[in-house]
Amino acid sequence: MNLEEFFHMGGYAFYVWSSYGLTFIVLMLIFFRPMMAKKQVLKDLRMKFRQQDRQAK
Amino acid sequence: MKLPAIVHKFSSPRNFYVMSGKLIPWFGWACLLLTLTGLYYGLVKAPPDYQQGESYRIIFVHVPSAWMSMFIYMVMAISGGIGLIWRIKLADIVASSSAPIGAAFTFLALATGSLWGKPMWGAWWVWDARLTSELILLFLYLGFIALQASIEDPRNAARAGAVLALVGVVNIPIIHYSVEWWSTLHQGPTVTKFDKPSIHLSMLIPLLLMALAFKLYYVTSVLMRARNYVLLREQNSRWVKEVIENES
Repeated sequence: MNLEEFFHMGGYAFYVWSSYGLTFIVLMLIFFRPMMAKKQVLKDLRMKFRQQDRQAK
Repeated sequence: MKLPAIVHKFSSPRNFYVMSGKLIPWFGWACLLLTLTGLYYGLVKAPPDYQQGESYRIIFVHVPSAWMSMFIYMVMAISGGIGLIWRIKLADIVASSSAPIGAAFTFLALATGSLWGKPMWGAWWVWDARLTSELILLFLYLGFIALQASIEDPRNAARAGAVLALVGVVNIPIIHYSVEWWSTLHQGPTVTKFDKPSIHLSMLIPLLLMALAFKLYYVTSVLMRARNYVLLREQNSRWVKEVIENES
């Protein structure tokens, strides 16, 4: 099997590659969102604790 | 019924935070490895189908997504129920963290099914029992997310969500048996039946590899989400402050 045939998928290229592409995009979004969210959570909490420390002094 | 003290100890938010931090990379890398192996066997090694040609290769993302859509729903309902009965905060957090991932897999099952249905059935969508009940599953997930987002107090939100999730469990056997109870265009089960699977090993292996990869993907991302929830909900306890100070 050569590469061209592989991408052609027996004429079903659009359906097969759309399925895989869509799955990839959605799963990446679901995966990276909590990573971004974690950065935000750490930043917010760090600010909050710093403020608390300042007030305690 | 009371749970043994050890259960409470291990489900303590702090313990969970530390343990999950160690486990996430293992699950994540194992998931990537299984995905690459599964894709290689599914897209390159497996032969074309004798009826559907190359189009059947959608099965390797469609079926694992559909399995995960139901599996995650059960996890969500059961952990919601545990939170409801034993007031274990972590169980509520697992339920809330699962919902968006479950919704994503349900969407993918529907979308890839549609992309498979068009060339094989000649229609993007038909209102038959399997497709309709899977669509209802998507609405249950979205309803759960919307309901929890609309209630400010996290304990009330968890309780309301758990009740909704538990009522919706009735839909799960309907999805599973829909292809047997009603006449449909959708093909019957090829793997999850008591008889021997009616799929050749060269196709079954990549299917199971992808299914396992998707399961590990869920475990990895649900833990990542739950950790953020834990930090936010426990922000007034001392250990969170220690964690934040150590991580900066």
